[in-house]
Amino acid sequence: MTPRILAGLFLAAWLGAMFPNAAAQQAVRPQPLKSGIEFAGAEVRALQQDDFANPGMLWVARGEKLWREPAGTESQSCASCHGDAKASMAGVATRYPLLDPGATRLVNLEGRIMQCREQRQHAAPLKYESEELLALTAYVRHQSRGMPVKVVIDGQSRSHFEAGRDLYYRRMGQMNLSCAQCHQQNWGKKLGPEIISQGHGNAYPIYRLEWQTVGSLHRRFRSCLSGVRAEMLPQGVPEYLDLELYLAWRSGELPIETPGVRR
Amino acid sequence: MTARIQMPKQATRGQVVEIRIAIQHPMETGFRRDDGGREIPKNVINKLICRYNGVEVFRAEMGSGVAANPYLDFFVVADASGELVFDWVDDNGMTGSERAPIVVTG
Repeated sequence: MTPRILAGLFLAAWLGAMFPNAAAQQAVRPQPLKSGIEFAGAEVRALQQDDFANPGMLWVARGEKLWREPAGTESQSCASCHGDAKASMAGVATRYPLLDPGATRLVNLEGRIMQCREQRQHAAPLKYESEELLALTAYVRHQSRGMPVKVVIDGQSRSHFEAGRDLYYRRMGQMNLSCAQCHQQNWGKKLGPEIISQGHGNAYPIYRLEWQTVGSLHRRFRSCLSGVRAEMLPQGVPEYLDLELYLAWRSGELPIETPGVRR
Repeated sequence: MTARIQMPKQATRGQVVEIRIAIQHPMETGFRRDDGGREIPKNVINKLICRYNGVEVFRAEMGSGVAANPYLDFFVVADASGELVFDWVDDNGMTGSERAPIVVTG
């Protein structure tokens, strides 16, 4: 071994010791994978399991109505093109977020519904986090309930996946915390009265008892960012989409639970 | 206002049947303030009535203590075929209505 290679090895070892975060930035899934519902109390679990008592099902029911409601200049409904969602939308949500060929930013399920509405139905745009968009998203994603997410993270999507992973490990806000410090390294432990979950997105949109309504994954991102006293970006920004892709990969074999119920 | 009703479509005469209804509503308590510090006026579903073939069989009067998207569960004796009609009204005067048929045999 030449002195130069030895020096290089020393430098690598020193860097590894000084910056353990650099090594931790690999994309890893928590082991074993646990859905957020496993961290919830018995009452919340019962609420999610009962398809009638689950308040999120009201949004699914509203989404089903909206699916068949004509909108826009052509008076086309979602059903005019896609027919019965139970058949046409089964498994669709498992692929999102994804990158359209030639596109530079990811599109998630909310984004696809908004795009369809504006470009195909020529209808008034739906705002992110609006009741209508939440209802439609919940309805479409509900058709994939029980199926694991299968997103593409290679090829052109790779850079988005890596950006999402980097965001996941980036320390942020006055608390100087990254997503990983709670949800990757300390899940299962207590944070005040709460048990820290693994932070998966498989049940979204969810009915949160704290919100008393249904909210999107991006709304949850904003809650977490507020919790660590970091800047909250608006829903639908590219950073959130990259993070959503990383989380979708990270949730592995966990089945979609939409509409989930959480405290 | 979206509502969901769950009850048996068929029953035998004299059978006690379970009726479940869930209504999408914010049930604003009147105790909250918005980001600008202004009071958010109270707006709850204050009355819900269920009529079975025109006869009132159940009535609920709700207030600030009931959570958003109220879910009610009650029992009715099935005595004749027909329908159950649910009517409700909130503090803003918004009304909602749903109906569900039932076939009673025997």
